Amino acid sequence: MFGFFRRPRRATSAQTAKERLQILLAHERIDRSSPDYLPLLQRDILDVIKRYVRVDGDRVDIKLERGNEISTLEINIELPGARTLHASSAA
Amino acid sequence: MAKIIVVTSGKGGVGKTTSTAAIGAGLALRGHKTVVIDFDVGLRNLDMIMGCERRVVFDFINVIQGDAKLKQALIKDRRLDNLSILPTSQTRDKDALTRDGVEQVLTELREEFDYVICDSPAGIERGAHLAMYFADEAVVVTNPEVSSVRDSDRVLGLLSSKTYRAEKGEAAVKPHLLLTRYDPQRVSRGEMMKVEDILEILAIPLLGIIPESPTVLRASNVGTPVVLDPKSIAGKAYEDAVSRLIGEQLETRVRPMERPGLFQRLLRRTA
Repeated sequence: MFGFFRRPRRATSAQTAKERLQILLAHERIDRSSPDYLPLLQRDILDVIKRYVRVDGDRVDIKLERGNEISTLEINIELPGARTLHASSAA
Repeated sequence: MAKIIVVTSGKGGVGKTTSTAAIGAGLALRGHKTVVIDFDVGLRNLDMIMGCERRVVFDFINVIQGDAKLKQALIKDRRLDNLSILPTSQTRDKDALTRDGVEQVLTELREEFDYVICDSPAGIERGAHLAMYFADEAVVVTNPEVSSVRDSDRVLGLLSSKTYRAEKGEAAVKPHLLLTRYDPQRVSRGEMMKVEDILEILAIPLLGIIPESPTVLRASNVGTPVVLDPKSIAGKAYEDAVSRLIGEQLETRVRPMERPGLFQRLLRRTA
């Protein structure tokens, strides 16, 4: 009888399904009207950075996390360190 | 002027063909001249669900390519005077469907019938695109399950952009949600999304809720549209959907699932 009171208030799987769909579809509806811009964005950002520093194309990592309130676009570009720069200029 | 209605979903296996057969038969039962067309070229199945698989001589593709007259390809249902079936080809592939060919056949069918029901193939490729292209209304068949809801949303996007009505700037294709394989008991346990949840997400009017029911498989086993089974709760739910489709105002109701028989209940209890 007391099991009911002690049961932790966890979301049911149906609620989780609804929330996941709401977030995903909100994004997909926007994306439908615009082309897939991520590859173009990656190219443009790299072009700008390459004007100032040397960048290895393989050392670029783009992550997109879609959230309900905010989405984050994370771009990690590994720049060559002093040692590798020195080594390559000596060669 | 006849209405062209596409039965579509994106996802496969949610009940498009079952729903096409049930809605087609339901409309015919109410005295409307109705034709159901199979757009799933190469994977013909509407003929089996309608129980006329052994009477197919010519098909939709033969008509499009001018090898047969439309009248020769139409199969009259033996149970319902007002109902006809236009089967598709089992051997050709979907490239045999052309927009002009589909338009010609639909124009001809519009003359003779009140309702033209197009059974779309799964997916969003050529067959599915042409099944929805000339539609006036769409029945979007959805299961209470994340991938089906997502695909339905995608299909709704296509209905509002990739159809004749959308391209010509005419009134939009009118969408209806048909929720199938609904299990009220699992919903009450929080294992399945509620009707209200899905309506909130997809934001289109509800045509009907078809409960998960053993009578649907039984109907397909014997090739009878489920509305012709007087004992089937699913059949009753499809009749409600047909009422709404022809514009009757009906309150939303979730019909309870068929209760297991006494014998089954005893078995379950001892198990």
